[in-house]
Amino acid sequence: MSIIANPGNRDRLWRSSVIALPYLWLGLFFLAPFAIVFKISLAEPLIAQPPFSPLWGIAEDGTRKLLATLDNYLFLLEDKLYWVSYLKSIKIALISTLLCLLLGFPMAYAIARTPQPWRNLLLLLVILPFWTSFLLRVYAWIIMLGKEGLINNGLLGIGIINEPISLLYTDVAVYIGIVYTYLPFMILPLYTTLEKLDLDLHDAAADLGGKPLHVFRDITLPMAMPGIIAGSLLVFIPALGEFVIPALLGGLDSLMIGRTLYDEFFMNRDWPLASAVATILLFILILPIMLFQRLQQEPQQ
Amino acid sequence: MTDTDKNNEPISQSCQGTPWKDETQTPFIKIIEVSKRFEDATAVDNVSLDIYRGELFTILGGSGCGKSTLLRMLAGFEPPTSGRIFIDDVDITDMPPYERPINMMFQSYAVFPHMSVAQNIAYGLKKEKLAKAEIKERVEEMLELVQLTDFAKRKPDQLSGGQRQRVALARALAKRPKVLLLDEPLAALDKKLREQTQFELMNLQDRLGTTFVVVTHDQEEAMTLATRIAVMKEGSFIQTGTPGEVYEFPCNHYVADFFGNINVFDATVIGNGEGTVEVELDTSGTRIIAPHHEAISEGSRIQIGVRPEKLLISTEAPTGEQYTITRGVVEDLAYYGNRCVYRVRSHTGRIIQVSAQNYQRSAELLLEWDDEVYLSWDTQCSVVLSE
Repeated sequence: MSIIANPGNRDRLWRSSVIALPYLWLGLFFLAPFAIVFKISLAEPLIAQPPFSPLWGIAEDGTRKLLATLDNYLFLLEDKLYWVSYLKSIKIALISTLLCLLLGFPMAYAIARTPQPWRNLLLLLVILPFWTSFLLRVYAWIIMLGKEGLINNGLLGIGIINEPISLLYTDVAVYIGIVYTYLPFMILPLYTTLEKLDLDLHDAAADLGGKPLHVFRDITLPMAMPGIIAGSLLVFIPALGEFVIPALLGGLDSLMIGRTLYDEFFMNRDWPLASAVATILLFILILPIMLFQRLQQEPQQ
Repeated sequence: MTDTDKNNEPISQSCQGTPWKDETQTPFIKIIEVSKRFEDATAVDNVSLDIYRGELFTILGGSGCGKSTLLRMLAGFEPPTSGRIFIDDVDITDMPPYERPINMMFQSYAVFPHMSVAQNIAYGLKKEKLAKAEIKERVEEMLELVQLTDFAKRKPDQLSGGQRQRVALARALAKRPKVLLLDEPLAALDKKLREQTQFELMNLQDRLGTTFVVVTHDQEEAMTLATRIAVMKEGSFIQTGTPGEVYEFPCNHYVADFFGNINVFDATVIGNGEGTVEVELDTSGTRIIAPHHEAISEGSRIQIGVRPEKLLISTEAPTGEQYTITRGVVEDLAYYGNRCVYRVRSHTGRIIQVSAQNYQRSAELLLEWDDEVYLSWDTQCSVVLSE
């Protein structure tokens, strides 16, 4: 028996295997792990190895019995701690995204309007921080934000403040850390859309009576929308689950969901509850991604 | 369309008469000693120009001659380094583009891709804060004018190049500007569409009476569209005149060459007459009395130009004192159906190009390769070229 009977068949087989490859990847490294996490979230914690109850048990009559429970999810709904943690994460992620957009837009615009070869140099500078370990850069912020740090000393030096202000271990430090870390993810997609923007469109809008601010609102902003959405998602999604930055720079009160997850998993060793927290986090993230997909498809219709 | 056809067609005259010759008329657009210097180059060099109401004025030149910069200064996108620009007696030199009574059709059309056809046309009217009902009315009027009524709701990416061009035109005309600027309006269209659009543009301009200023690098486009043409080179105007004037009376070799082919002979001035100069051609020693409005000092080196279609080609010598005659051999010929182009090697060894109408109906060629021929032209057709 031969499947590969003629070249047409072979072609089709080749094509479908090429298409299958990304699905295989997603299935293996995303869907399967998620299924496992979801499965654990339906279990009960045990002091055992592994530290959760099995999904299937043997009932008294000897048949297999589903032992799944929604207790973990119910618990998350009841305990205010988790709600606060989710909301705080969403708030921090949203504000950080907005700050990145406000900072990143003019930067991306300026880069896109800079003549070569300066433009490539500026782009290189945007990407440059990635050449150093992320953790090292966050540690550097600890030093800079401290009471004796660069920022306090600088502000004291020019006389804006009389005594050091507390920056480290506050929400401000978390915002600084997240915005600093994720700003390139905002700038790069924005740059790509702004760079393609036809300057004749600006001139045409001005020619038709659009004042500079109107031209920005009517032409630049809508034309840059794909970049704005892509950049915002690239900042919002990792910021929402961010663990390292709030752990290192944030105070005890800046309990983001990433930290909660960590605590449940490593401190309390409550794997099922931690899995439930992760599952809900995923659903919070899926919403904006689906929105993005919808918006991306719209112009093609 | 061939060079010779073009001359037989009436010259388009969209505005009434010839206001540039009438001293009682005041120009509608006045460009006074305008210069534009960039860091390393002068794009427009001390240019002055008067354009009259209702003209379809064309600025013609090769790439980098400064024509686009001049247009952008008219639109308000570039401030002139020096000089003033007036429209309808109002100094608009320092006026931002969004306040000028001028609209522009861009070479790229610059149709807003995220807006429908109707929204594109309405954009300028909305900025003018017109009432909704009036905007709607004006948009419908414009859609009808450019025959796009059925496409009102389409997005630009669902339109053909020609349709996008009409959207750009409608959008620029919607505000009823005093002046419409057109940057290479036909360049992006294919040949057939270009000819059709050209006549549409002329008709439209005739109906609306708006003053059009067209920038182009295409001499054919300039000739067929314009009431007057200004030929621009290296930031300055070399010659300004009607299509007929710049074609038949080019002031120098560059202009002559820009508008079609011309045979050029080096010559020396040997005398001046009443509205004429007498010259001797270097190669053949032939003496010609050519029409010229001003005297040139004897011994000056000049050039004499003769257009290929002004030359007569025949196997027998023509009679008549007005003719300058030379002999030669047909070295090459090209049959176009309506005409033939001959390349004749004269007895002095140089190649002279002749374009002749095929006024007889015959499947055989009237002249063949290596035929001995006489070339002659009416002395009145000799053009004195200053350089």
